[in-house]
Amino acid sequence: MIAEAGHFALLLALALAIVQSCVGLWAGRSRDAALIAMTRSAALGVCAFVVAAFAALTRAYVISDFSVRNVAENSNSVMPLIYKVSGVWGNHEGSVLLWVLVLAAFAASVALRGRDLPDVLRSNVLAVQGMIAALFLAFILATSNPFSRIDPAPFEGADLNPLLQDLGLAIHPPLLYLGYVGCSIAFSFAVAALIDGRIDAVWAKHVRPWTLAAWIFLTLGIAMGSYWAYYELGWGGFWFWDPVENASLMPWLAATALLHSAVVMEKREALKIWTVLLAIVAFSLSLIGTFLVRSGVLTSVHAFAVDPARGVFILGILVVTIGGSLTLFAWRAPMLKHGGLFAPVSREGALVFNNLFLAAACAAVFIGTLYPLALEALTGAKISVGPPFFNMTVIPLMAPLIIAMPLGQNLAWKRGDLLGAAQRVQLSFAVAVAAAAIIAAATWGGPVLAPIAIGGGVWLIVGSFSEIGARVSRGAPSALASRLIGLPRSAFGTAVAHAGVGVTVIGLAATAWHVERIATMRSGDMIDVGAYRLRLDSITPRTGANYREDAARFTILKDSAEVGSVVSAKRIYPIRQMPTTEAGLWTHGIGQVYVSLGEIETDGSVAVRVYDKPLVLLIWLGAVVMAIGGALSLSDRRRRVGAPRPARAPPAMAPAE
Amino acid sequence: MTLMRLIISAFFFLVASLGGALAVQPNEMLRDPALEARARQLSSELRCLVCQNQSIDDSDAPLAHDLRVLVRERLTAGDSDEDVRRYLVARYGEFVLLRPALNARTALLWAAPFLALLAGAALMLAGWRRRVVAGPPAPLSAEERERLDRLVGR
Repeated sequence: MIAEAGHFALLLALALAIVQSCVGLWAGRSRDAALIAMTRSAALGVCAFVVAAFAALTRAYVISDFSVRNVAENSNSVMPLIYKVSGVWGNHEGSVLLWVLVLAAFAASVALRGRDLPDVLRSNVLAVQGMIAALFLAFILATSNPFSRIDPAPFEGADLNPLLQDLGLAIHPPLLYLGYVGCSIAFSFAVAALIDGRIDAVWAKHVRPWTLAAWIFLTLGIAMGSYWAYYELGWGGFWFWDPVENASLMPWLAATALLHSAVVMEKREALKIWTVLLAIVAFSLSLIGTFLVRSGVLTSVHAFAVDPARGVFILGILVVTIGGSLTLFAWRAPMLKHGGLFAPVSREGALVFNNLFLAAACAAVFIGTLYPLALEALTGAKISVGPPFFNMTVIPLMAPLIIAMPLGQNLAWKRGDLLGAAQRVQLSFAVAVAAAAIIAAATWGGPVLAPIAIGGGVWLIVGSFSEIGARVSRGAPSALASRLIGLPRSAFGTAVAHAGVGVTVIGLAATAWHVERIATMRSGDMIDVGAYRLRLDSITPRTGANYREDAARFTILKDSAEVGSVVSAKRIYPIRQMPTTEAGLWTHGIGQVYVSLGEIETDGSVAVRVYDKPLVLLIWLGAVVMAIGGALSLSDRRRRVGAPRPARAPPAMAPAE
Repeated sequence: MTLMRLIISAFFFLVASLGGALAVQPNEMLRDPALEARARQLSSELRCLVCQNQSIDDSDAPLAHDLRVLVRERLTAGDSDEDVRRYLVARYGEFVLLRPALNARTALLWAAPFLALLAGAALMLAGWRRRVVAGPPAPLSAEERERLDRLVGR
């Protein structure tokens, strides 16, 4: 019964979403207070019904109701509870439902946000959100019903794909969806502005926090996915330029560009049309990512034709959403007025430079991902576009950004002074060169480019704070602390986020010093890898809740002293007869020793692959630092429209939220 | 179902090597470290044809194993890297190259990122020049100025 109730809740949500979009559009035109209020209630209603449906599906998973086909195919009664819950979105139907849930939650929070959001804008935004929700709810109901029953119900479920039985599945997809779908808010704001024909700094001020929030989630989601792949797949790679990864990187690049162009719009009312376009593009890329992954077109153009219903439906959603919004853009954008003027060398100019390179990198990823598909569809020729292509195109497009970032931060608005900015970063530059030189000398005869790249990372970390340094050091030294406290939090946010990029750059550069050893070992054997020596102590069979494994225990030695131990295992999940490798990770500071096992032979020998990966954790820590910078910036009171300036405001004027 | 499983696992960032680990087996490796390093470098840019998006260096599919052995055989026989690539393309088509060769079919692909950069730069330049030509916005009329004064309470 509860599954049917969940299905019915989805139907009600669809009906309400249609109401939300129609009434919202009408309210945006008529400015009628009752209609405006109705749009808001409809958005809350959609959210409530989708939450109910999601809860119903979650319940079916938790109690292992195998009469629901989706549960029977993707769960199992002996699975730990956390994987039962995360299994809800570990399959096609459930993950689309999660997508809609996040969408509805975002729309509801737009509906609930403080009074400062203009009513017309809010109604139009909710109308667009309602349309997207209606399209995806129709998709679920027409092609991907998670509540369909199976009769007779099996006694036991087919188990969740063992690769997905991991904490990563519990965290990664929700984070990524918060990022993907968060882009829909910026998209809706852009379309709303086009519908209304009006766009100004207030608009930008409202869009920024949503974009920033989506960007933070996307950053964390991508980093989390990368780390998950790193430890779960067992060969130590962390980024494969897989189409699925590219599908998440493209919205990230677009959202990063949008974040920066929205600053220009907010401060100077310039780049309006470009900002609107970026907002549309960012969400369109999220949708294209969903299409690529969900339609099966990735495996081959021909796989698409095997089960066309879903693919065609998503393609339809794509055409309607992207085509519709771009048509609207082509029609209305020329009517938007141009904003402030600026010289090429200025903060605005630097942000345009940033946008140019981010957009070009995004285009490179886009073309590299879709080119084989297009070529196969047009000529039938099959080619591969793999990591070498992306490394050769994206990295050169990113390098200028790394060089320019600290400089751009030090340029003034409207008309900047390149020489002055260069003077302010000369200390950072000296530190970076010194760092590169020291590393190069210490690793003489090793990789050549890596020390330079490390220098680039140091340049970013130190240079990101040079603007704060310059702002604080002006005037009397005695007031230094108070000036530091007086700086807006968003200034620290920028510095921290940029420094985070530097941290990641150092982590990536350090991959040049990763050492790999492949060998066959028996108990008692030792191998050397990097600065460490590993001894295989034992291989013992163990039994887990729904798997069996052979666990190999290694002792790690350094200069013949024991410094740690690590367990790596070869698992088999009997229900699916699927083997997995549980890599053993031993973390030393920010580096790791990574051990993965091959087949265990009958004579007790085992093939092992061992890595010493110095500084490897910086790759993901950098992303976390970026996200912290974003959160700092998000918490800046000035960013909230209508919030009074701190300190000067009387207490009666509390923030509007 | 297999396809679905592939898609799902790929979707969550996991390249679909079900159970993957330890692609290069110790017994496959060549004794000569220089030759082995070349083999590794080569195989990291060759596609495992039956996998979703993996190099033969990363995959533990049986085909990937055969190809790794084949690459090493060719190298031991004295082939250059280019010879090995040509040999594999002749056998399996260009699909096997993860780094697409530059030819008529892929010229657009390789040029695209830099065309995108150029096009973007041209657009931005055009926009900037248009704005400079258009000049700053017209100053406020007397009426607008009066309204503004009223609004700011002067």
